[in-house]
Amino acid sequence: MLKTFKMGGVHPEECKLSEHSAIETLEAPDTVYVMLNQNLGAPSVPVVNKGDKVKTGQLIAKGEAFISASIHSPVSGTVDKVDSWIDASGYRKPVIIIKKEGDEWNDGIDTSKELVKEIKASKEEIIDIIKNSGIVGLGGAAFPTHVKLMVPQGKKAEHLIINAVECEPYLTADHRLMLEKGEEIIIGVQILMKALDVTKAIIGIENNKPDAIAHLTKLAASFPGIQVQGLKVKYPQGAEKQLIKAAINREVPSGKLPIEVGCVVQNVGTTFAVYEAVQKKKPLIERVVTVTGKKVSKPSNFMVRIGTPVSVLIDKCGGIPEGTGKMINGGPMMGKAFTSAEITVTKGTSGILLMDENESGRVKEHNCIRCARCTMVCPMGLEPYLLAMAADTANWEIAEQHHIMDCMECGSCHFTCPSGRQLLDSLRLGKNKVGAIMRARKN
Amino acid sequence: MSLFTISGSPHLHDRDNTPRVMRLVVIAMLPAFAASLYLFGLGAVKTMAVAIISCILFEYLIQRYMLKGKSTIGDWSAIVTGILLGFNVPSNIPVWMLIVGSLIAIGIGKMSFGGLGKNPFNPALVGRVFMLISFPVQMTSWPKPIESASQLTDVITGPTPLGILKENLARPGTTVQQVVDSGAIPDYAQMLMGNMGGSLGEVSALLLLLGGLFLIFKKVITWHIPVSFILSSVIFAGILWMVDPTQYIDPLFHLVTGGLMLGAFFMATDMVTSPMTKGGMLIFGIGCGVLTILIRVFGAYPEGVSFAILIMNAFVPLIDKIKPKRFGEVVKS
Repeated sequence: MLKTFKMGGVHPEECKLSEHSAIETLEAPDTVYVMLNQNLGAPSVPVVNKGDKVKTGQLIAKGEAFISASIHSPVSGTVDKVDSWIDASGYRKPVIIIKKEGDEWNDGIDTSKELVKEIKASKEEIIDIIKNSGIVGLGGAAFPTHVKLMVPQGKKAEHLIINAVECEPYLTADHRLMLEKGEEIIIGVQILMKALDVTKAIIGIENNKPDAIAHLTKLAASFPGIQVQGLKVKYPQGAEKQLIKAAINREVPSGKLPIEVGCVVQNVGTTFAVYEAVQKKKPLIERVVTVTGKKVSKPSNFMVRIGTPVSVLIDKCGGIPEGTGKMINGGPMMGKAFTSAEITVTKGTSGILLMDENESGRVKEHNCIRCARCTMVCPMGLEPYLLAMAADTANWEIAEQHHIMDCMECGSCHFTCPSGRQLLDSLRLGKNKVGAIMRARKN
Repeated sequence: MSLFTISGSPHLHDRDNTPRVMRLVVIAMLPAFAASLYLFGLGAVKTMAVAIISCILFEYLIQRYMLKGKSTIGDWSAIVTGILLGFNVPSNIPVWMLIVGSLIAIGIGKMSFGGLGKNPFNPALVGRVFMLISFPVQMTSWPKPIESASQLTDVITGPTPLGILKENLARPGTTVQQVVDSGAIPDYAQMLMGNMGGSLGEVSALLLLLGGLFLIFKKVITWHIPVSFILSSVIFAGILWMVDPTQYIDPLFHLVTGGLMLGAFFMATDMVTSPMTKGGMLIFGIGCGVLTILIRVFGAYPEGVSFAILIMNAFVPLIDKIKPKRFGEVVKS
């Protein structure tokens, strides 16, 4: 039986244009631009200097803070510069630029295609390997994975939930990965279960990927602890709290983490990366990226090295189509618009979406007609119209009282507003201000 | 090189927009209007035309020359107000009265608060109630359906079934049964189809129900207000009926007469003047239903839908203080 979360949600047009395009492995480009701020939390600290020779998979930047992740060289070659480079935010950020020479891999990395089933590493070793392999959440938020696996004292993980929802329209990276790397993913799930010491894992997949549900159900059949759960198509089901609600009907309390209800959620792409790290000693140096758009001549899924310029991927799909008005890093609901194809693939890049001019602008704005749709679609049960009004009039107390900080910026209200109100713009402003006020109060 | 757009997420928008919402409301009211055309003839066309044109014109003039803003008639809301006002008056209402009513509806009911979305009261009802109080005679002489359909003026007029009942029950010693037996009230099938005296667009309960279901199906409105409105009025009228069937008529009568269907589906559901949460909508609907029956049965007026909705409109800011349940809400113990 299909499950879903109860409160709110919307159903944008799915547009999974690239769902039948098999993942194509791209050769590493001549120059890679490895950003140092690829994960949520503190940026990584470079451990190489200009002129250093590096091998593929060698550590080049270390995550030193608690919430931080290490970065490894995606190619073998020479460090050209430690400089700055434009990223998806539009600002220049620290980068390590490496010129490719040959294809020499770091010692110990198993580059064969052979499936390694037996999990030899212990619980502690697994977490350590994941940490040292620089694995972060590949769904888009790029939260360091090892931090999630370290269950705080006094809490107990009961369920591992694998997020294979891919509720963003257009994106198909996870879908293809499940079809093509299903066996590896199932082993990855077992590794994560061992790391968390849980006996139950649920893989949540939306029903617009019936082939993936069937494939993983078949593969998981011999593992009684792993259950594949079909989910009704509804955005934002890929949000942690909504997925937990859908999968096991538990509600993470406001302001708390999933572990509060005994859950740890990991993205399916992350699970594959965990398999590669633990079984093949391969750090996170590549990921699947969907390149898509209604006018794109060949919507595709690529396995690419981190640090590859986005322009390389777009060129592989036939270039930027005539009349493209917007380029988006990620999906259309939560992705960031960027202006320059110079930006490079980071660990959090799940897709590149090119939108046509006539879809790039915003719809005409009218007065709010109090239709109440924003309150009906808000998956957190908030009143977006009220919060937006409070933010627009700088009424921060009202915004805080009505729980603006619960907003996860899914954009359902903004998407659905018939008056074209730019609700999420206002909500972001409000969250920013209220967050700052709350932090100041604490200090 | 062309410039790319930068804007915050989401980058998609639902196809729905305010003019489309308003257009669907207009479409939903068409069947009821067709019935009125059959029942009241050309008088209905004239009245509707006057109401719609004067509402649009007043909105345009006020926005343009008093508020000095961009024209807002493109959002179709003035048309909806015009149709609703036309639906709420007798089809033979003198034109100048209707124009005054339109001015009050648009000018005072809507634009004085800042236009679409800012008004606390349903503008069409503000106009209608103003007319009812100012022109009580003309607002309560309804043309007899069908027989007056071919005439533009000098139609034969009569009261609504609600008026007949109220008037008769006011005489001491009269029972409901006597009124029904006297044949003054049409039978239920006739009333369901709209063959009775009444305001232009309120008579055909069946076709209004059809239009209302279309709006729910199209997700323009939700079921909460109409269902709670209708159910609560039926239940309340039913309780009265069970207590004393000689003095209180059965609830079905209340369901098919007067403006209950029009009010429940098209006026109480006016988004601007109704609550923002599902729970609030239920409270609002129940309030409307109970007040309607209270006014019909115990009030000075035979019909109470307009007043009930306007009174509940006034409670909306208070009802909106009731918050929806949040996700992961921590209940303080």
